[in-house]
Order: sequence, then structure tokens, then C-alpha cells
Amino acid sequence: MKALAGGYAQARDLRHALDLLGQADGMGRVLAGGQSLIAAMNMRLTSGDLLVDISRIAELRGVALDGGWLRIGALTRHAEIGRDALIARHAPLLTRAVGHIAHSAIRNRGTIGGSLAHADPAAEFPACVLALEAVLHLDGPDGRRDVAAEDFFLGVFETAIEEGEILTGISVPVAQDGERHVLREAARRSGDYALAGLCLLRRTAGHRLAAFGVGPCPILARGAMEKLDHGDIDGAVAALSGEIDPPGDTQASAAYRRHLAGVLLRRALSDLEGEQS
Amino acid sequence: MSDAFRDRIDIALTVNGEPVEARVPAGRHLVDFLRLDLGLTGSHAGCEHGVCGACTVKVDGEAVRGCLMLAAQADGAEVWTLEGLTQSGVIRDLQDAFVARNALQCGYCTPGMLTSIEELLNRGGVPERAEIREHLSGNYCRCTGYEAIVDAVESVARARAEKGAA
Ligand SMILES: Cc1cc2nc3c(=O)[nH]c(=O)nc-3n(C[C@H](O)[C@H](O)[C@H](O)COP(=O)(O)OP(=O)(O)OC[C@H]3O[C@@H](n4cnc5c(N)ncnc54)[C@H](O)[C@@H]3O)c2cc1C
Repeated sequence: MKALAGGYAQARDLRHALDLLGQADGMGRVLAGGQSLIAAMNMRLTSGDLLVDISRIAELRGVALDGGWLRIGALTRHAEIGRDALIARHAPLLTRAVGHIAHSAIRNRGTIGGSLAHADPAAEFPACVLALEAVLHLDGPDGRRDVAAEDFFLGVFETAIEEGEILTGISVPVAQDGERHVLREAARRSGDYALAGLCLLRRTAGHRLAAFGVGPCPILARGAMEKLDHGDIDGAVAALSGEIDPPGDTQASAAYRRHLAGVLLRRALSDLEGEQS
Repeated sequence: MSDAFRDRIDIALTVNGEPVEARVPAGRHLVDFLRLDLGLTGSHAGCEHGVCGACTVKVDGEAVRGCLMLAAQADGAEVWTLEGLTQSGVIRDLQDAFVARNALQCGYCTPGMLTSIEELLNRGGVPERAEIREHLSGNYCRCTGYEAIVDAVESVARARAEKGAA
């Protein structure tokens, strides 16, 4: 099938993009990397959108260190995240995620902001920002606001972004000395969305564990985190199993995904140990 | 509809080194533009949702999915398709290796495959077979079983590295 767009406009800068969205009368749709949106348009899952192409807005692209925070522009592409030295040093979880996201040609155009705004339940970056306690920055008709990752993902493809708002970037607290990040997922083919996946951090303050592909949106597994803080691995696996709500579909049954989550947690933990030695 | 939005967009770009100007419908993706408007049928429109890789073309130096980029977004871009890559001779060795190793049968995936491989080879060095496979994970081939393709890539990477070292 072929895409049917209602119209197209290329935004010069953020202000222009917000103006365009305002003029679109509810039919506006932000176009970033297009790696999810144009696929959906080609399949006519959406049609008649007034596309606001933000992909050339330079001010929304790039990575910078700002005190204790790593500031990542929404239009920073997956491939750029994957090779960025600041990210590798201060938020290695994101570096690790990139290798699991789609394929090289898609990573060349897809953006981290697009991935977060799209909020696919099986996507890597949403779970990463949840585990990392990142803050998401939005700009819109009523001005700027910040949303904690924990309050951002509301359901399947659903986020806290309101009509007319644009996700401009995210801030990630820089990793402390000795902090460890691992990402584990299971997918049938390289580059597929995960059947189940986990982001695991070990900080001095304790563990952070976010699961993806096993619920309507990424899940912060607080019960499992607490067990891990007490060194109780079996307890953590059991807790995780109770905290997730995996779907069953043609890819995998809910029971299989639940089983995978436990296996992945044990593997992620052994990755952590391996990293430390 | 606000007149800020257009349903036909004027674009100016270069395709295979030649300047091109056109007016394209807002929803037309790059591969349809190349195939239907410019007659460059080397790039194939396969699945049209980014999975198969047959539409892979080079835009501003990077391999991208031609079906997941709008022609309107290519305004000002430098686009290379298999036709241009072939004519310029930059992948002659790779194309010869494909023939020598039987790395294609029906040929449907080959243009996208070659374009993806070109990007990998441009990074230099001799990638491990696992790395070659990983890089090509987004290019489906239903004929060869991939082994011969990986052989071809490996042999060209080696030959180029030796030539560079000599
Ligand atoms: C074959 C294939 C495999 C893939 N596999 C994976 C995978 O394994 N894991 C994974 O995570 N992803 C995967 N993806 C999706 C890919 O990562 C996309 O790049 C990502 O989901 C969307 O980013 P984008 O920049 O392309 O956004 P677009 O496609 O441009 O936009 C997606 C949605 O987000 C909205 N949006 C985008 N940017 C903003 C913004 N700044 N503010 C407000 N709204 C915005 C758009 O309006 C749209 O609704 C895959 C895609 C394909 C085609």
C-alpha cells in the first residue's frame, strides 16, 4: 500500500515546528526519523496527517555534558548514540541498547526522541531511560515542562506528550564511579523487537531494573530491585515474574515471555559480575 | 488546512551526481520517486515497512531505507542508487565477487545488499563473519542462504586491506 499524507511542511527551528503543529488543527504529526511513522503510513495505519518534519532542526540534535547530567537532543540518531564517546562513558546502557535496535540503515535515521515518543512496548530506549531515571523535556503551546521517565510512559504507544507538544531532549544523570549497566534481551532474529528484555543497573544506592516487551509499557521492577539489593537472586526472579504483565501473541506466549524474563535476569546478573572482574 | 502544509512539494537534489528538480506528492517515499519518476529501477520496493532491505539507497553518505524516507525529505540531499554506484565503479570488485561466489540468484535483494555492504566496507578493515552477518541482518535474501554473500564480502574486505597495505 502507499502512504497518504494530508500535507507536509519542513520546520526551520523548534519555534516554527510548534507553530506548524498549532496550525494543524489536531491533524499535525511530528516526523522525526520516520522509521516508525513512515512504515505506519505505508501500511495505512495512519493517513491524512499533516506532517511537521523536524528532522533538520540542528538545535535538537547532539549530546552534551552539563554538570551531573548528560543532555541528549531528541533528534540524535540511534547510530550517533551508538558511537558517541560521552554516552559510552556516562550512560553506557544507551550505547549497549543501540546494537539491539533494528538494523544499521534504520539506525542511521531513527532518533532517540522518536523512539521514546513512539513508545513501543518492546523498544529498548524507553526501558533504558526508565532504568536511568532520565528526565524528558517537552516544549509546547503552554511552554516548557519536564517529565520524569517514570511518569512518561502511559500505555501501548501512549505517552505524556500532549497535543501540540514536542519532545526536545532528555537528560540522563551521569553514571557514578563503579556504576554498572547491562542490557539483555531475547529476539528471534537480530534487529527484531525483543520478545523480552531487561535493563539492569548496579549503583552504590542500589539496583535499578527495567523490563521491556513484557507489558504495555516499560516496567520498573521495584520488588525485584529490592531483592537484588539484598542479594536474593531467586527472590528477585520470583518478584520480577509477579511485576510483569507479558502479552501472548504469534511471536511468543505470555508464559514463555515470563520465563524468558527470569532467564534474562540471571544472565544480566552474571554479566554484571563478569564486568566487575 | 493551513497553507503552511503542502500536498505537493518542490525538491532539488542530486541523484547519482546529477542535479534533479521535481514536484512530489507529500506521501511519496524515496524509492517510488527514484523508480517511478526517475526510472531508476535498481532499487526495489519490497515490503515497504523497513524490514526487507531491498530498497536500501545511499543518502548523504549513509545507507538508509528508501521506503522509510519521503522524497520530500530528500530536498538538498545527495542520493546514490545502485545505478550510480555501478557506473562510478566504486563497487566493481564487490560485484565481481558476487558473481564469482554465486552470491545472488534471483537478484531481487542484490541492489540493497550491495548498498548496505558498501557502507560496511567503507569503514575499512576486515570484519569478522559475525559482524558481516550482523550488518546484513536487515537485508533479506530468500535464495542464497547468505553463506556465499558473507564469503563475497569477506574476500573483498581482505583484498582491499591487502591492497591498502601494499
Ligand atoms: C524493521 C524495523 C525494526 C525495528 N526494530 C526496532 C527495535 O528492535 N527496537 C526499537 O526500539 N525500535 C525499532 N524500530 C523502530 C526505530 O527505532 C524507530 O527509529 C523509532 O521507533 C522511531 O524513531 P523515529 O525518529 O524514526 O520516529 P518517527 O518514525 O519519525 O516517529 C515515531 C512517532 O513518534 C512521534 N515523534 C517523533 N519524534 C517526536 C518528538 N521529538 N516529539 C514528539 N513526537 C515525536 C511521531 O509523531 C510518531 O508518532 C524498528 C523499525 C523498523 C522499521
